[in-house]
Amino acid sequence: MTLVLDDVAVGQQVPPLSFDVTATIVVLGAIASRDWRPMHHDHDFAVHHQGLKDIFLNTPNQAAWFERYLTDWTGPCGRLGRMTFRMKGSVFPGDTMVLEGTVTDVDVDDTGCGWAGLAVTLSVGGDVKTACSARIAIPTTADDNPWSRNGDQWNP
Amino acid sequence: MSDLPPDVEALIGVRQYEETAEFPVERGYIWNTCAAVQNGNPLFWDDAVADAVTGGPIAPPTTLSLWMRPHYWSPGHAGERLALRVHFDMKARFDLPEAIIGDNTLVFYEPVRPGDVITHAQVLRSVSDVKTLHLGTGRWWNIDVEYWNQQGETVGVESYAGFGYRKPGQ
Repeated sequence: MTLVLDDVAVGQQVPPLSFDVTATIVVLGAIASRDWRPMHHDHDFAVHHQGLKDIFLNTPNQAAWFERYLTDWTGPCGRLGRMTFRMKGSVFPGDTMVLEGTVTDVDVDDTGCGWAGLAVTLSVGGDVKTACSARIAIPTTADDNPWSRNGDQWNP
Repeated sequence: MSDLPPDVEALIGVRQYEETAEFPVERGYIWNTCAAVQNGNPLFWDDAVADAVTGGPIAPPTTLSLWMRPHYWSPGHAGERLALRVHFDMKARFDLPEAIIGDNTLVFYEPVRPGDVITHAQVLRSVSDVKTLHLGTGRWWNIDVEYWNQQGETVGVESYAGFGYRKPGQ
């Protein structure tokens, strides 16, 4: 199902996503994003050289988790325009991370493109590890497709 | 009035470290990225959906930096190769041994497609006066990384706010 803008309202909650993080998930995310730094795959380095609990999720992989979370909600016609995030703590193997989102604004821009703004958090045990704000284009009608926009018709 | 040294002031707004990717955008990394976060979006798995919605396969927008990350090793290079070089330049220029990245913003323009060859450049946007935070004393800087495809179309911009600092007593 593809979401349309009429289905979206300020204050709406996006269904939460809960996921048990393993070492494999951390390493897979780091290598998939071509992040070779050892704190994302080498337990000994993370613990004994960096004084951390374990290896931890890298930044581009967290961005990919936020993208997946948002497009699970919108369907394939949702087109991510912008995301800002701030990491406050690390996510380690053994953690259960929970992504939760709330719609903060809904608007149609001057070109007719529909947008939803969202505040999204990635938490572990109730502590926010990364806070994210995102702006995603959503079809205004069943026939609309934000992916067909380019040039001055696309203003993320 | 700014206390920035003239050599730093001269770098603001200047494209630096323009580099073209070492390999074209390819679907293996697209699928690896989706697998790593269990992203089942049919845009990346079902070519019929991709044809209908995006005019053919595309990469997940958040893979922007992936295409420009250097190989861990390649002939003629030794040691770890740094991705955000302007950040490290600022640390060195102001002799600040520590640094954090605060906000990270990604803005997505033209979709990235398999076969695209991405080029990027780093632009120092601003450097603050000296600030003291709980971490220590140093400076904030804002860096944009601009990405474009082989047609010269902008595909995305990443913005980083970095704070380089020296801990108290360091």
